[in-house]
Amino acid sequence: MSGHSTYEPKTGIERWLDTRLPIVRFAHDTALSFPTPKNLNYWWTFGGILALMLGIQLVTGIVLAMHYVPHVDYAFASVERIMRDVNYGWLIRYMHANGASMFFLAVYIHMIRNLYYGSYKAPREVLWILGCLIYLAMMATAFIGYVLPWGQMSFHGAVVITNLFGALPIIGTPITTWLWGGFAVDNPTLNRFFSLHYLLPFVIAGLVVLHIWALHVPGNNNPTGVNVKSENDTVPFHPYYTVKDGFAIAVFMLLYASFVFYNPNVLGHADNYIPANPLVTPAHIVPEWYFLPFYAILRAVPDKLGGVLLMFGAIATLFVLPWLDTSKVRSMRYRPTARLYFFIFVLAALVLGFCGGKLPDDPVIFQPSGLMLLDADINSFVWLSRVATLYFFAYFWIILPVLGLTETPLPVPESISEPVLSHPATTPAGAVASPEKRG
Amino acid sequence: MLRKAIALAALGLAFLGSPALAAHPKPVERDVAWSFDGPFGKFDTAQLQRGYKVYREVCAACHSMHLLSFRNLGEKGGPFYDPEYPNSNDNPYVKSLAKDIQVPDIDQDTGDAITRPAMPADRFPSPFPNEPAARASNGGALPPDLSVIAKGREGGPNYIYSLMTGYRDAPAGLTLSPGQHYNVSMNGDLTSAWKGDHHKVPPGGVVAMPPPLAAGKVTFDDGSPSTVEQQAKDVSAFLYWAAEPKMMERKQFGLGAMIYLLFFTVLLYFSYRRIWKNVAH
Repeated sequence: MSGHSTYEPKTGIERWLDTRLPIVRFAHDTALSFPTPKNLNYWWTFGGILALMLGIQLVTGIVLAMHYVPHVDYAFASVERIMRDVNYGWLIRYMHANGASMFFLAVYIHMIRNLYYGSYKAPREVLWILGCLIYLAMMATAFIGYVLPWGQMSFHGAVVITNLFGALPIIGTPITTWLWGGFAVDNPTLNRFFSLHYLLPFVIAGLVVLHIWALHVPGNNNPTGVNVKSENDTVPFHPYYTVKDGFAIAVFMLLYASFVFYNPNVLGHADNYIPANPLVTPAHIVPEWYFLPFYAILRAVPDKLGGVLLMFGAIATLFVLPWLDTSKVRSMRYRPTARLYFFIFVLAALVLGFCGGKLPDDPVIFQPSGLMLLDADINSFVWLSRVATLYFFAYFWIILPVLGLTETPLPVPESISEPVLSHPATTPAGAVASPEKRG
Repeated sequence: MLRKAIALAALGLAFLGSPALAAHPKPVERDVAWSFDGPFGKFDTAQLQRGYKVYREVCAACHSMHLLSFRNLGEKGGPFYDPEYPNSNDNPYVKSLAKDIQVPDIDQDTGDAITRPAMPADRFPSPFPNEPAARASNGGALPPDLSVIAKGREGGPNYIYSLMTGYRDAPAGLTLSPGQHYNVSMNGDLTSAWKGDHHKVPPGGVVAMPPPLAAGKVTFDDGSPSTVEQQAKDVSAFLYWAAEPKMMERKQFGLGAMIYLLFFTVLLYFSYRRIWKNVAH
């Protein structure tokens, strides 16, 4: 998509096509000859994994839609019919349901890699923002998809999440009525959710095309964060990264298959095998695991509107991240102080996820301390989520801006090839290596 | 720095990992070693047959299983599968099992509501015509449909087994309303109904269903002893099959898929090593 093309049409038909629609040239330049930094590690394989997961979700989803009935009276039974009577329906549905979890697992690793290696920094801000849009669309798609089986968690999850918009002043109630297509979550809601669940994946696919386009203009970042200086720094995408990504994809598929075939329901919730009943509310309404950090942020704020704003604020923060991080050094390999704060950030995100699955008032350890701080015992998940939420926002809004201006980064290598060539495995005995530059 | 962060993370995990004591005790869940546990687990056909008998003679009086048809009983992995009849609608045993049950229908000549003997293609008939009727016959409680109950409860078959064997006399100090039965494995919180020591709230909860199983209540055709334990185990296994009838197919398919993927992974790894052999990276 960028730079000069190395494609040479070999056959007559290729030459003929190349002067009319250079699609083979395009594919060649994008997927085969594209110059890629040669020092990408396995954290860089998740882009390929994500592309495959999107493909799997699309294919299995289209087949599921052939058998699914978007009606409150039939949705649950139609899903069970897929499981029982459709040929390999159990396989397709379990692939789709667990595929969503795997998709999120991969996207979180992809994002964490971005944060660590500073891939969002200039000139890749648009690439990062497109990624955030994909993530946002994925969250909407996953939430809507979870509603479709019309189990207890589907229904009550839909009620809780759509009601969040009701917290907005003045426009809140009209928005929820508009989303529901009525005055409660009911058949019109299920119908439009099905429609949107079919639409949004194609929106994601379109965004992915833009994402790859935006990637291929500046090219990949790499673990050193140093720009590509010469052809010595790169290898063609094929076969070097097709095979490396292929290997990583196969390992990821093993993990995915172990869920699909041996623990297909472990990531879901038992309550979703109870048909939806608006009159019976489950004891604990819990979203899927990939939403738990945001759920914890939502519940950390005692005020509903405040919680909603903070939760959406957490996602909005990601969009402005390229302008919050003031450091000129991309990779945290050369930012030891920032690296420490980064690991605490990852921990805070995991803690938030953990808190999201717990009851806010339950004690974190042993018995409640008896010490009340504002509205809750200090030994409670709600206070733990508050601390973690505070760190989540402080990391982006205070630590990254300030640290970039005050820290002293380690010396950054001149080029990608420099630390590559000083890698202990490739350095001849006796040569001077620089191990302190390794992450 | 990295070491410091890892230490911090470990500390945090240890802090989180400490068991949180709930205010009331957890319901008792007893683990059973099922034939279908693990990646190579298979259904025990004889157990499923006994379990079906328990369901048919005991549970079916109140509980529907409206997602199941008689033909399912003769499908691969099911209790009455016979390889001679790949189409379970032809399976004579399934046909005769169905024939013993009356299902509602409409007389095609007169339009009258009638009942007729079931065919393999028929669904299991429900014991009550509608929800109000079910509630009226059960003191206001609704017996849940059992089609996917083994997936719709935390703990699955272990939970069902524990519940079936978890009925106890209510301890002194526990106030029960008429029609309630104390069960150590029922999900619930008895704090408000407990008059005794607040630190010794009994585990479990109350359930409207009276103890359904009793020794000798079902006569097993294979001579298995008809104890409550045996009945509970068999019916739990049957309900797990009913909720996940393709489990054996899934695990068999999974074995092939895992072997294929593993082989493919190793192949790709060596291709990767070979292609990158001469690149310093």
